[in-house]
Amino acid sequence: MIFTIAIRELKNLFLSPLAWAIMAVLQLILAYLFLSQLDTFMLLQPRLAGIEGAPGVTDIVVAPLLQTSGFLLLLVAPAITMRVFSDERRNRTLTLLLSAPVSMTDIVLGKFLGITFFFMLLLALLAAMPLALYAGTTLDAGKLASGLLGLALLLAAIAAIGVFMSSLTEQPVVAAISTLGLLLMLWIIDWSVDSQESVTDLLPYLSLKTHFESFLKGLFSTADVAYYLLLIATFLLLGIRRLDQQRLTG
Amino acid sequence: MDAKTLISVEQLYRYYGHHLAVEAVDFELAQGEVLGFLGPNGAGKSTTMQMISGNLAPSAGRILINGIDLLDAPKRAKAEIGYLPEQPPVYRDLTVDEYLYYCAKLHRVSKGQRSQAVTRAKHRCGLAEVSKRLIGNLSKGFQQRVGIAQAILHSPAVVILDEPTVGLDPNQIRDIRALIRELGESHGIILSTHILPEVQATCSHVQIIHQGRLVFSESMQDLERRLTSHVLLLETRERLDDTELEKLAGIDSVERLGDTRARLHFEDSNPADAVAACVARHDWGLVELSLDRQTLEQVFVDLTCSDTSETHRKTA
Repeated sequence: MIFTIAIRELKNLFLSPLAWAIMAVLQLILAYLFLSQLDTFMLLQPRLAGIEGAPGVTDIVVAPLLQTSGFLLLLVAPAITMRVFSDERRNRTLTLLLSAPVSMTDIVLGKFLGITFFFMLLLALLAAMPLALYAGTTLDAGKLASGLLGLALLLAAIAAIGVFMSSLTEQPVVAAISTLGLLLMLWIIDWSVDSQESVTDLLPYLSLKTHFESFLKGLFSTADVAYYLLLIATFLLLGIRRLDQQRLTG
Repeated sequence: MDAKTLISVEQLYRYYGHHLAVEAVDFELAQGEVLGFLGPNGAGKSTTMQMISGNLAPSAGRILINGIDLLDAPKRAKAEIGYLPEQPPVYRDLTVDEYLYYCAKLHRVSKGQRSQAVTRAKHRCGLAEVSKRLIGNLSKGFQQRVGIAQAILHSPAVVILDEPTVGLDPNQIRDIRALIRELGESHGIILSTHILPEVQATCSHVQIIHQGRLVFSESMQDLERRLTSHVLLLETRERLDDTELEKLAGIDSVERLGDTRARLHFEDSNPADAVAACVARHDWGLVELSLDRQTLEQVFVDLTCSDTSETHRKTA
């Protein structure tokens, strides 16, 4: 049942030009970035060749590409997630799901998975660029895999946050803005830490960015995975609670 | 036919904040019944229907669908319901076929029966020729029919229709009414509407809800009996003579409405034939002779327009 809802959600995304537009624009920008990054590498390569333990193509081309993608997707994702529930509520189609024999959990998980599938498609398109480098050179497969995994987890977390935010309001734009606000807040939350030594480790721990960056460095740590999984679970639970509560208060 | 109870609602309450929208509503619906749910705007019709369909949680009370408690086992209970809310819950970006297949999947219609169920629902609601069109491009009437198709798709035991004939043209209304009567034979149907003749045309039971409480609940047969008139309306071309009419057997009193019009009150059997004979004998020239029926509309107005102080006294 979850998959029925998820697949419907995914197909719905492609019924509007928005999904296509986002895919096209992102791919264009990231391809440009990728090529300019590749140029830089070509320039540096003769000098790097002489240095022992110098950063390779993965560090110079792939890591910055993934990092920028992460940030760009964070800016674009609210446009995708905003209508998940707010549109349904606005068009009164949520009734269809609520009166069907499916639970709130099915509905929220279905929506979340649908959005996540879409993000994974974006990720696959994106991954095609670094993978194309295999034609001419070899990459640090471990680093690439860990970077892609980090981006996948980041995107799933963004999807969960977006789905919850969309369940809060009938206005898609309000949902988009508040999603963007929360995501940016989580992205920059550790910026204040440098100036104040006394602040505990809490703020950096909460930051989406610090965890993402350790994946990009090729560090696969369970703490980072757990952070994303906790974030996803928290917002999905909040989404389920929100739908339940709406049934109670009307 | 000793039909089984499909819906049983016990002491249903619903508050919106401090506002009591539905108060102590009790009723039952058996298989083969079509229940007409009447009430002025804001009386609590839609709220009650939303609660029965599981879209809204009741503040207190119990709802059994086909013997399954809606609050204890919502998934199983909801499988027995088809619900059309006031606004049909249709996705404008989908074609009729895509939408109905999705609904069939949501309602767990097994893969083998899915296309059969969709075809049957489309056929019943007259949607066959628009299967491939986008719902958003269809007229309001067709969208409404897609909504109805969605509600009956999985042959639920109970079909709940909130104002199903809104926005339809007269021919479509007739089709939908015929469909409701047909469905009513094998399912239990709850129907809310503002259109009183619709209730008389389709329903086997009538309930009127006013300010959140049920004020009237009767079967159509009882209602018909109650509405049976004891007044004849007579109009003639020439001047009427009261005394001649009062002499007729069966007529209790004559109430003059003008020189050539009168209301004739009677008790037991309809004396229309005697009246007609009398008019003919005196050569008054019959223009109209009809039963002055009390309509459901009058019952409705009597129950829902009574000043609110009375209901307040009852609650106090």
